[in-house]
Parts: sequence; C-alpha cells; structure tokens
Amino acid sequence: MFDEMSGTGDEIRAPYARVAEWIDDAGVPLLQKRSEEAEAIFRRIGITFAVYGEGGDPERLIPFDLIPRVFAAHEWAVLDRGIRQRAQALNAFLYDVYHRGEILRAGIVPEKLVYQNSAFVPAMMGVEPPGRVYSHIVGIDIVRTGPTGFQVLEDNCRTPSGVSYMLENREIMMRMFPGLFAGGAVEPVDAYPDYLLKTLREVAPPACKDEPNIVLLTPGSFNSAYYEHSFLADLMGISLVEAGDLFVRDGLVWMRTTHGPQRVDVIYRRIDDDYIDPLAFRPDSLLGIPGLFEVYRAGGVTLCSAPGAGVADDKSIYIYTPDMIRFYLGEKPILDNVPTFRCADSDECAHVLDNIDELVVKEVHGSGGYGMLIGPKATAEECAAYSERIRKSPSEFIAQPTLELSTVPSLGPEGIGERHVDLRPYCLVGREMRLVPGGLTRVALREGSLVVNSSQGGGVKDTWVLSE
Amino acid sequence: MSGRVLLSRTAESLYWLSRYIDRADSTARLIEMGNRMAMLPGAYSQQEWRSVARASGCLDLFEDPEGITEAAIVRTLLLDKDNPSSIRACLENARANAKSARTSLTMAMWDALNDGWRKLELMDVAAVQRDLQGVLDWVKSRVAMIRGSSTSTMLRDDGYLFLGLGGHVERADMTLRLLDVKSYVLLPETEVVGGGRDHHQWTSVLYATSAIRAYNHVYRSDYSPGKIADFLILNKQFPRSLLFSYAKIVRCLDRLAESHGQRHAVNATAEEMLSDLHRLQVGEIFRRGLPEFVAESIGTTHRLGAEISEAYHF
Repeated sequence: MFDEMSGTGDEIRAPYARVAEWIDDAGVPLLQKRSEEAEAIFRRIGITFAVYGEGGDPERLIPFDLIPRVFAAHEWAVLDRGIRQRAQALNAFLYDVYHRGEILRAGIVPEKLVYQNSAFVPAMMGVEPPGRVYSHIVGIDIVRTGPTGFQVLEDNCRTPSGVSYMLENREIMMRMFPGLFAGGAVEPVDAYPDYLLKTLREVAPPACKDEPNIVLLTPGSFNSAYYEHSFLADLMGISLVEAGDLFVRDGLVWMRTTHGPQRVDVIYRRIDDDYIDPLAFRPDSLLGIPGLFEVYRAGGVTLCSAPGAGVADDKSIYIYTPDMIRFYLGEKPILDNVPTFRCADSDECAHVLDNIDELVVKEVHGSGGYGMLIGPKATAEECAAYSERIRKSPSEFIAQPTLELSTVPSLGPEGIGERHVDLRPYCLVGREMRLVPGGLTRVALREGSLVVNSSQGGGVKDTWVLSE
Repeated sequence: MSGRVLLSRTAESLYWLSRYIDRADSTARLIEMGNRMAMLPGAYSQQEWRSVARASGCLDLFEDPEGITEAAIVRTLLLDKDNPSSIRACLENARANAKSARTSLTMAMWDALNDGWRKLELMDVAAVQRDLQGVLDWVKSRVAMIRGSSTSTMLRDDGYLFLGLGGHVERADMTLRLLDVKSYVLLPETEVVGGGRDHHQWTSVLYATSAIRAYNHVYRSDYSPGKIADFLILNKQFPRSLLFSYAKIVRCLDRLAESHGQRHAVNATAEEMLSDLHRLQVGEIFRRGLPEFVAESIGTTHRLGAEISEAYHF
C-alpha cells in the first residue's frame, strides 16, 4: 500500500518534509486540541451541510482533518494537463452527441448508451450553447495508487459540489498555522471565485450586449449544499436566487428586485435538470421557472451547466472517456481510467459474478457512495444477494477492481493513522480553461474504509500543491 | 448592476429578520417587567403575567388566561416553538431569514446570529426558571450583538435600510401594544388615587421598555401618567418612543425612495404620522383618549407594514 507521506517504506517523501516536521514539532495532543478549535470555527462560520429527517443536529459539519495532503509541483503538472484534457474531451463529446453524433457513427460509443440514457435531453439537439460549452465546472474524481499511478474514478459534469471546502480548508489552515505557509511554499487556491466569475461572464448569451447579470440559482436554504451556494455567490458578488425569484417574460429571464424586474443573463444553477423548468422537464414539479428552457434554447439566457450535460458523466459512458480523448483531441490520455467491467456485456457480467468478492460493484446511476458493494469487505451472503440484483438487471451495474488507494496520515482520537484519500479538482471551462492548483481531498476517516463520501463518514483535508 | 441590486425576497428577509430580533428583545424585556412586578409585596402576580401575555399579543394561547403563572409564561413566551411570537421562535425565524439572505449579511452578523441559536431548544421550563434573569440577559445580549455587528460592519446600502426599517417598525408596534395594555393605569384620573401600587404600575411600563433610567434623567423620578405617556409617545430622544421610531422609519423610507427613484404610498403614510406626532401635545392625546389614540396608531402601523411590502414587491 502506498502512503503519500512515507511511500512504501519509512523514508519521508520529499513533498511531505515540511508537514512531517510540523507534526513532530507540535505533537499529537496539541494537534488534537487545535483540531477542536478548527471545528469550533467551522461551526461558528456556519460551514455545514444539512441533514434533515434523521434527528439530531440538522446542520452537520464535515470532519476536517488538520494534516494536509501534498503534491509536488511536478506531480501536479501531470494532473493539471490530464484534467484539462479530460474536461475538454467531455465537452467535445457533449457537443457531438447533441449535434452530428460522429463518435456514435464511428461506432466508438454505442448509440443506445447515449440516446436511451436518462440524462440525455432530446430537446437539446441542435442547440448551440455559448462557446460550445456544456459543462462549465468539471469535477474529476482522481485516486492515487502509487508514486506515479493516478486514475480517474468518476467525472462530474453537472453541478459538482465541495469547492467551498477546498477554499475554507485553506483559509482555516492559514489562519491557524501561518508558519506552515511561510515563504510562499504552497500555491494559493483563492483565485477560484474570480476564475469562476470570469468563466460565467465569458458564456453570456447572444442576447446580452452589455455587462451580463449573473446569478446563482439554489434550491433554497434547506438544500444540503446551501452554504456553498451562498458562499460562492458572496465571493463573486452575484445574487443568490431561488426559482421563485425568477420569471420569464418577453423571451427573457427576469428576477424580482426591490427596483422591479431586472434581466438575468447567466444562471449558474445548482439544481438538477429535472427541476429547472416544469414546462420542459417534469410537469409534476412545482419547482423551477416555467418557460426557462425555451429562453435558453433561443439564446436569451445561459444555463451553467447546460441541460443534458449529465450524459457525459454517467458511469456507463465513463468507460469511453479515454476513447473520447483520442477521437476528439487526437491525443493519448494523460490520466487513465480505472479498469471497468460493464455488466451489460454478458461476458463481462459473467466475469463480475465469478469474481464478485474481489470487485467493487456500483449502480450505473448511483451516487454518494450508496448502493455499492465492496467485494473484499462484504460477507458471502451480501455478495450472493448483490449477485442476484446484477442478474436481474445487468445493465444497471458496473464493476471495478478494488484499488489500493493511497493513504495520507490523518488525525484521530487515538492518534495519527493512515487513511485512504481521493481528490476532486474543479476545472472551469469557458472560452478559456482555468484550474486552480489543488482541489478537494476527501478522506475515509474510518480505519481501512475506502468510502470517502461525507454522507458515510468521510472527511476533508487541505490540499497543497507546492510551488517550484 | 449585478451584486448590489436587492432581490425582493432578500429585502423581505432582512426586514423580517430585524423585526424578529427586536420582538425577541422586547418580549425578554416584557417578561423581565412581569418578573419584577410579581416580586413586589401585595402583587397580584397572575394579573401581571396576564398583562405580559396581552402585551405580547399571545393571551389566547394560554389555557387559563385568569391564572397565568411564571411557568406558563416561560413555556409560551420563551420556549414554545409553535408560537411565532415566542423568543425561541423569533430567534429561529430570525436565523432562517438570515440564512435565506445570507449573502447580504456580513460575517460578523452571521456569527452573532448563529452563535448559540440552539440554546433555547435544549432548555425546558424548569431549567429556564432556575435562572430566568440569566436567560433573559442572554437574549438581550444576543440581540445587542446582532444589532451592534450590523451597525459596525454592514454596507449602508438598501439592505441596511430594510434592516433598519424592520427594527423601527417592530419597536413602534411594541411600544404601542404596551401602551394598549397599560393605558388603563395611565388614565389621568388614576393620578389622584396615588399610592404605592399605582407608582409601581406606572414604572412597570418604563421597566418593560428599559426606560426607567432614561426617564429619570429627563423627568427626575417624577412619575405621573402624563409624563410617562409623553415619554413613550412623544420624546424625541428615547429610542423606543413612537415619535423616535417614526422619525427613523421616515428616514429609512426617504433614502429607499431616493435610491429607487420613486416614492410610494408608504412614504406619505409615515410622514403624516410623524408630522402628527410632532404637532401633538400629550394633553391633547389624553383629551382625545389615550386608548383611542393608541388603537388608531396601531392601525396606522399595520397599514405601514402592508404598504412597505407593496412598494418593494415582497
């Protein structure tokens, strides 16, 4: 197993020298005490995610682990190129499937995986989004298996969340341990809100002739990510709106203000396709802005991300992302996929069923770490029950080998232990592509656990990219 | 134009956030007054608690309106989450409104609103009764923190004006409701009855508005109904008097009209009320009848609230 601080032996790897020294100097009891302070600060500022209906505190904290996760400049350089390459290919794929469908005609991606996908939006056919961008914020989940082994676990093309933690984790570390950052050792990440605003401004619709009015559309203060929505709106100085604040009139979108209606040009929406417009998507939904989609199609407003962008991050499409990179960009993929078996294919399905105790099996449309089976950690009964589900509807499942995810030292009540981590960087795509050095490191705080989702005992760490 | 344009929903949230924290504050002061009166020798404590319940507008929530106890007051006016006027509900509603308008608040304000917001949820009646004054002090200090942080950190933009508007409308309303309940002790004829009991009845009104010291500075402990009414209605310097509240309301509305480039019915309503207050003498109010004056003013203040939401598309 690869630990990012100590490699496979006892030698501290170079990028972690400063962190290791800091841990030694401070000692575990002091770090534990500072960790409580950090939690109090998070709680006070209100950086919480909401969990309703489970009793207890409805506003919970994501556990923050003080020990940073570190990348050397040369390690990040590879990730940076790989992430941009992937974000570009995913957007090219989206443009293609909503236009001529070249990649389908070429027989590289099976048609039915696209056209029968629940995230595919037929009404988007032929729509020309500004800059041909569909997914403006691409969150790419990356795992590490060795000194040079990086693999993409999942793409998130709709509305990836968590970037507020990336920013706040850094703020809190700088506030609590200024000495660690002395001399500019760590690349800053605080340009993110500025990059995001630039990105949104660049994709203003054709109907907008002057400075665009950009808003962030949230489902409201009961949404689990509401803190992030208000945080980003605040940092960008844009209005945080709910569906009820917007309406459509004369082919444009307006927001209700104390000055009367104001035109809206770009909507960074943090709500799902299904809930943006009851006329176009779910007639049974009371949420959304009636007529919004028509205005979007006519170029009166820009939606970020575009409706239907989710077809690119579906787990059944994921398998083809390296092919997209070769097909659209004519390049060799810089970041590998995790090898994936599609149960829809009968040979691969048989392999999965035979080796289920060694594989991680996921629902194609699942998310949040729910509904998956981790073979090596499951009992024989659990494996048998899951196999039964796979046999019933094979196309609903994919499987991957259990990866030896890298670990990073993390602070627990019993001291410091090695815990598995992943990484989610956020690539911004407008007329230009932008990426801050870093991302969100999620950590599985339970010993031996591979599940990093916050809903299942995951925490977060500050993520450093060292300056050269 | 992005950014500083105020959503109507946000304006509404700020207005109500401000009303709720002021209501929590006023209710704390009311309970404090009741508590004080109930401790006096020969007090009819149930009657005092009854007027507290009435002034808070919650009398019908009590099962036995004739026999209201301290415990019942604590349960209904402090802890009942389903009574929108209880202190707990006011603080929770203030926070919910703040959350919905979060991008218009400063960090310091959010801090003040967020700190300890679940404290009352975790207390029962007995726990509050063990330290009633301590809990009331905590409420007042929360509100002072929230007000103080907004004064010292918020941009003086439209949002700030809606916040100011809510606070002053709530104060005008509360002072009027207190006068409504207590107007029977402030009738001029009680002046001749005199005696200790009446003295405490009059001063209780001042305690409920935390005005006793301020009053002493102005009137040198000369407690008479006329002067107390004058102080609460017409004093230009006391921050909870009707005239002071209306002067602030007019100022907020003026500045909103300026930044929106448009005046509304609400501007006229507030200005008319203010000019009446400037013109009136307390003697005239008593001649017209204090209860009648108070009832009319409550009506005007309610209309004002409705006209604010109409003007700014709440």
